[in-house]
Amino acid sequence: MRSIWRSLDPALARDIALVLVADTLVGVSFGAIAVGAGLPFWLPMLLSVVVFAGAAQFIFVGLVASGGNPVAAVLAGLLVNARHLPFGFAVADTLGTGWRRLVGAHLMIDESVAFALAQPGQEQRRRAYWVTGVGLFVCWNVGVLAGAVAGTAITDTNALGLDAAFPAVLFALVLPSLRDRHARRAALVGAAIALATTPLLPAGLPVLLALAGVAVAEISRRGSAQAQESS
Amino acid sequence: MSVSATSLLVPALVLGLGTYGFRVVGPLLRDRFTLSERVERLMVTATVVLLAALVASAAFIEGHAFAGWARPAGVLVGAALAIRKAPFVVVVLAAAATAALLRLAGVP
Repeated sequence: MRSIWRSLDPALARDIALVLVADTLVGVSFGAIAVGAGLPFWLPMLLSVVVFAGAAQFIFVGLVASGGNPVAAVLAGLLVNARHLPFGFAVADTLGTGWRRLVGAHLMIDESVAFALAQPGQEQRRRAYWVTGVGLFVCWNVGVLAGAVAGTAITDTNALGLDAAFPAVLFALVLPSLRDRHARRAALVGAAIALATTPLLPAGLPVLLALAGVAVAEISRRGSAQAQESS
Repeated sequence: MSVSATSLLVPALVLGLGTYGFRVVGPLLRDRFTLSERVERLMVTATVVLLAALVASAAFIEGHAFAGWARPAGVLVGAALAIRKAPFVVVVLAAAATAALLRLAGVP
């Protein structure tokens, strides 16, 4: 792992480090909120190790803390995490083989996928994926532990604007892929579908429905290919 | 172990296992067949679309409702800087600072 850190481009290492700091603070708030809501000390830490996905963890804790049915909390969390299925097919090649593939799969989160996607070559993608994944796993769990122990030191990360930092991070990482006109159309349609359906559907589903946007990219690609042929 | 602890332990483990299931299917199936260039491209487009949809939802939505103006304003500032090729650090800090300052000024 140390050799991967060393071989990482310094600018990329700095970018990843910034995201690690921001997500550590969100982890602190998650630990504090879960314990503050009266849930046992070990629950946020267990979730952070075995689930390791912020949005699903917040939803799970929010539902069980408000007296919701644990089965419903599991289903809500699974729905939010279903996006990892298509992610898995996209990053499969960057994980390696054997045990690396099994461990690497657990490190699959929005940030590691987005950092990998933003790299130009296969080898850089692999490094970016692993450094982000391992770094976030460590930082997220340390943050959650600190929050669960220290309690209410940081519960409102919104006051720090961290809720605006997360989408900005993803946008900056996805931006190079949006230079492709067809991908840009697909992304716009997908984002519009997700926003339009959010008030009506359970969390997680709108983002999955956004995948319909992929069809737009294909149609648009085929259209421009035909136009080229006929001209 | 008390009943209430078990009633939380098992759901937490099930959620973890299910999530790992989602994560591991793609990597495990990958060797079984080679994908055509077109399907490879579809996978990348699908990831771009998912991340873009996450950006939009995370920027505007809290739960099922509008998140207030401070957050999308911060994201917009960050996005504009990213499009103008500002360094990543500037993008992230500007997005956070804009949202934080707007909230300090009373914008929800």
